[in-house]
Amino acid sequence: MTAATIGAEQIGARTEPAKGKTTKGASRSPGDGAIWKIGTAVIVLYALFPVLWIASLSLKPASDVGDGRLIPANASLENYRDIFTSGEFVRPLINSIGISLITTLIAVVVAAFAAYAIARLDFPGKTLLLSGALAIAMFPPVSIIGPLFNIWRATGLYDTWPGLILPYMTFALPLAIWTLAAFFREIPWDLEQAAQVDGATPYQAFRKVILPLAMPGVFTSAIIVFIFCWNDFLFAISLTSTDAARTVPAATAFFTASSNFINPTGQIAAAAIVVTVPIIIMVLIFQRRIVAGLTAGAVKG
Amino acid sequence: MAAITMRGITKRYADGTEAVKSVDLDIADGEFVILVGPSGCGKSTLLRMIVGLEDISDGEMKIGDDVVNDLAPKDRDLAMVFQNYALYPHLSVRENMAFPLRLAKVPDDEVTKRVEEAAAVLELTENLDRKPANLSGGQRQRVAMGRAIVRDPKAFLFDEPLSNLDANLRVQMRTEIARIQKKYGTTTVYVTHDQTEAMTLADRVAVLRKGVVQQVDSPRNLYNSPANLFVAGFIGSPSMNLVPGQLKGTSLTLPFGALDLPDVVAKRLGSPPAAGERQVIVGIRPEHFEDAELVGESERPSGLTFRSKIDNIEWLGSELYAYLPYTGGEAIGAQLGQLAGDLDMEQSSGDSSQLVARLDATSQVSEDREAQIWLDAKRIHLFDPETGEALARPPLA
Repeated sequence: MTAATIGAEQIGARTEPAKGKTTKGASRSPGDGAIWKIGTAVIVLYALFPVLWIASLSLKPASDVGDGRLIPANASLENYRDIFTSGEFVRPLINSIGISLITTLIAVVVAAFAAYAIARLDFPGKTLLLSGALAIAMFPPVSIIGPLFNIWRATGLYDTWPGLILPYMTFALPLAIWTLAAFFREIPWDLEQAAQVDGATPYQAFRKVILPLAMPGVFTSAIIVFIFCWNDFLFAISLTSTDAARTVPAATAFFTASSNFINPTGQIAAAAIVVTVPIIIMVLIFQRRIVAGLTAGAVKG
Repeated sequence: MAAITMRGITKRYADGTEAVKSVDLDIADGEFVILVGPSGCGKSTLLRMIVGLEDISDGEMKIGDDVVNDLAPKDRDLAMVFQNYALYPHLSVRENMAFPLRLAKVPDDEVTKRVEEAAAVLELTENLDRKPANLSGGQRQRVAMGRAIVRDPKAFLFDEPLSNLDANLRVQMRTEIARIQKKYGTTTVYVTHDQTEAMTLADRVAVLRKGVVQQVDSPRNLYNSPANLFVAGFIGSPSMNLVPGQLKGTSLTLPFGALDLPDVVAKRLGSPPAAGERQVIVGIRPEHFEDAELVGESERPSGLTFRSKIDNIEWLGSELYAYLPYTGGEAIGAQLGQLAGDLDMEQSSGDSSQLVARLDATSQVSEDREAQIWLDAKRIHLFDPETGEALARPPLA
């Protein structure tokens, strides 16, 4: 905030938009600033309250689940101990991690090549290909679950890792291609040509110059794909039947409590918190890599 | 290092337009050749065909003794400096310069040695570990040149390397480029639209217009003996005055007076002088005018002295530019109008036109007053108004 705005706040008057070093915030009147802060607080609270509630549930013993208190009266890590010892959570967690990572890796590699071709080459049917990819991404998965179930049973893909990786790729690739193509288009073509003149093959130019510069895009699409796979429930519940390939979102539906007469609410809440953590960690790690302006200084700026 | 030979080089696009039309050009080993012309004349396309970034539609391109038409850029062993430098932003200056060497699998200690040598020549030693984003425009330009010289390529290619720099830096980098080219003695092809750059740097200049080479010669010859109207108008700043004239025998009538062609010029026109009257375009360099007061009595008869009003004066200390209005320019308007379009120049419409005269700074002429102006008849250029070709061209040096 500029000095002018601060002064205006003190005497409670509206200011004219500050001249010179004007930032977006500085040109607003003090009233707007307060509204902005309140708005932010409301949205953050609205978004995070359910998470907070689940965290609270996960710390409550089964008898306290219905007590309606945000702060657990008898907080314990009982539920976490339960899910990690019962075996009905650990194996799905391994499945989730494995399937999501493999899908992400394959999708990003394939998408990088595809997006590069789309961004750089002019080939017949390019528009058709791009709009087709987009159409697939928008296709309602529910409508293909039935046929897919039958095909998977017939081909032996049912209840296997590849059985989930394949449909995930189908829906993740278009997203990744679109994201990456947008990033590749931003990279000046001159850089590739410079690399070629410097003695690089097209592949070397791609790997040593273009790809490092497109890294923010690669990370962005990796996160999108990973979250998509990690959170999927529909395919996971329909195309698996045992712990051989069942992922966490599907597995939590099959949780059993210590007694048949109690809902496993606490365990489900604990599992939800546990599976949220990798996502948060991943976003926090990659957020640092998603720096805008990585291409600064390449060409005349 | 190698010579570059072009035979009938043509660039034709899918829609049939030709950006470069049958260019024949021989660039000797170690020569500094500049391709110059207004925007859209095909000079950059020609350069990109040399380096291999554009396909050659027709013709033969040789570097040294090898035909390179179908070679990929990486196999041509040329180094190019791009207009926007095209530095790799994720690499340090050191790695930017080392990039071509790493690709060529040069051993590490050799890479270090060559990069540091080049950095010393370019005064980049202190910046070797910085990223391009943290460099000034001039430094980025040097890095781009460094990347070219570490390789010791067969030729350097420059694509308008100075156009992104401010005026001061441009002059400084111009001398830098000249120095480096001399030091390494590498064949150099340089593209620019700035005729001053072309004149100051080149051993030879090739002037292009609409994909056709107009004239290839030393800067001196281009200036003193342009092959046609286009070269005459393009080379020189301020550019040559082009006025209509009537030629009858050896007597030439200009809008502001008549003169007898001096023997040197008349002889070049061919003798005996052609009968009949013909239209010509007369080209006069601004410096071939003078304030008549300052011209010695003995010299006066060899030129034309005429009275003219002076519209405007620009006094620059060492010289003085006077703008003289005259009427009668419309006779050749079409030809000159098209030329002006090609040269991206403003051309005054209507029948009143302006001459630019460069006078001695001590001249006492003043604005909005009439003055006696003298024109050196020996130094005039004559052009055919139909073809634009030079008539009675002064001999080449």
